[in-house]
Amino acid sequence: MADFEVPKFREIPIIPEPHPGVMAHSKPFVAKEEFQKPLGYPGELVDNWQEAALDKMKDLLGKYRSLRLFLDICVKCGSCTDKCHYYLGTTDAYNMPVARQDLLRKVYRRYFTFAGKFFGKLGIPGFVGAADLTKEVLDEWYSYFHQCSQCRRCSVFCPYGIDTAEISMAAREIMDSVGLGQKYSNEIIGKVFKVGNNLGLPGPALEDTLEGLEEDVYDDTGVHVRFPLDEEGAEILLVTPSADFFAEPHIDGLIGYAKVFHEVGASWTLSSYASEAANFGMFIGSYENMRKVSLRIRKAAQDLGVKRIIFGECGHAWRVAYSFLNTLAGPFDFLDPNYPVPQHICEYTYGLIKEGRLKFDKSQNDHMVLTFHDSCNVARASRMGDFPGGQFVIPREIIKATCNHFYDMDPDTVYDSTYCCGGGGGLLTDDLIELRVKGALPRMEALKRVVEEHGVTHMAAICAICKSQFTKIFPYYGFELDSIVSVHQLVSNAIILSDQKKAEEEASETAEAAETEE
Amino acid sequence: MPIEVNGKVIETDEEGYLANLNDWSPEVAEAMAKEDGVELTDNHWEVINFLREYYDEYQIAPAVRVLTKAIGKKLGKDKGNSKYLYELFPYGPAKQACKYAGLPKPTGCV
Repeated sequence: MADFEVPKFREIPIIPEPHPGVMAHSKPFVAKEEFQKPLGYPGELVDNWQEAALDKMKDLLGKYRSLRLFLDICVKCGSCTDKCHYYLGTTDAYNMPVARQDLLRKVYRRYFTFAGKFFGKLGIPGFVGAADLTKEVLDEWYSYFHQCSQCRRCSVFCPYGIDTAEISMAAREIMDSVGLGQKYSNEIIGKVFKVGNNLGLPGPALEDTLEGLEEDVYDDTGVHVRFPLDEEGAEILLVTPSADFFAEPHIDGLIGYAKVFHEVGASWTLSSYASEAANFGMFIGSYENMRKVSLRIRKAAQDLGVKRIIFGECGHAWRVAYSFLNTLAGPFDFLDPNYPVPQHICEYTYGLIKEGRLKFDKSQNDHMVLTFHDSCNVARASRMGDFPGGQFVIPREIIKATCNHFYDMDPDTVYDSTYCCGGGGGLLTDDLIELRVKGALPRMEALKRVVEEHGVTHMAAICAICKSQFTKIFPYYGFELDSIVSVHQLVSNAIILSDQKKAEEEASETAEAAETEE
Repeated sequence: MPIEVNGKVIETDEEGYLANLNDWSPEVAEAMAKEDGVELTDNHWEVINFLREYYDEYQIAPAVRVLTKAIGKKLGKDKGNSKYLYELFPYGPAKQACKYAGLPKPTGCV
């Protein structure tokens, strides 16, 4: 199945012995000119790349005080070393967060600190942990800064709160600016600019897909649940990852959102212009590209005249939405101030559950025993609802309201200690499959434990990347590929649609009437 | 990684998808499948042909759900599910079948 060794489950998850460089071969495809240019980057590695890279680093150090701070203050305490799923899964020492950071830090030291400049000129920069920016170093950057999913688990355990994600974002931005971009992320961002979403799904195809879903839901329930597109004057704009229109189990989550909106009679719409919640601009550390993607949502909201914006199940989109949207694309003073700007679909559904406006038949999910995978950007980079920890509590409360059987995984692997799925941060691409499989090890071990102890059959998630990653890598670890479900898929299964009840009652009345006539 | 079909060299991208979608012919699909050690049966062709028809109309591959529904209609209900499609295309119906059908690779969080 694979031309690499799938890591074995560890009896006791001890910290593996480090093997420096065993993943040095792991590199994503480099973006060609056609994928670089639309983002404003050079088409190939520029001749004066070293000078350009240092200029960019200087620029970023000036813009982001945090970056300079993080590069300055690490004391090499070692807290982060065993916290990274990629280290645990690959055992490559450079995947210890501190070692990965140091690939950038040593260059920062060399050119931006007194000690580095001094010993660098003497030809012994290594004396102060500094290093010249050579082609080898650039290659190391390209390899190892694409072995960080920017999940920020290490930051939770860092006594200084050094954010590795910010460092890997900066490294990627520097590489992009000298013409060394990553194909997967950059091609996708280009598609958002051109077509409106990561998939490249044009308006008519989206319309056809949504019509198909209306038919499917009608066939299943006898209820005309609508999936409105580009409806001016709707109250709510739903912005969701385009994977929700395409992949499984994502699309079952989309059906869940629509059923919730239908049941409470909400006026909502999707937008073909802003048909993407994801924002890969964040993964490549590009403020400009992140802003351009975000502005599409603002424009769609204004053009359609909506009063509220709700985000579907997408991990990093929620980070961008919750933490950055107002800065990037605000102010949103044209929206209804009585609602959070923006709101998460889970927050919306949870609110309705608490108000008693949704009824569920939990037995519809009785064929499953559930656990929940906290997605890193939701868990560690945002909140949800109006209380601390809402991002952990709310999705679980929705699961418990819709399912009879739920068990959490090991506390060291959930909430803000959650392990990345292994495919986040712009790494969900087939050319990194070895990394993705290996990086999933800690999550797979935690899942295996609840499977054995509680008979868990399915894992729910609220992130398109997590869902696709697990679908792909489950079989490597002996799980069924469809053991991953959307949280709103559980809602969709269990929700009792009032219209369905009415339709069924009418049907049985008609049947009874027919019988009486006979 | 160019592939050779009937003596003609056809350009593909790093992942084996056609560089120029107009280069596609049934022989191209056969050649790609052969490289993966897959023999294309009539059932594979049902999927490939549907993908090409859908792409002609919408310039994108169909959602997995749309595909499974269409295949279920053509080949019988027991085959209208993603499990069956994974049996035909073990690397994933969306990606592997798109490749053989000469469609671009679906991108994004899929």
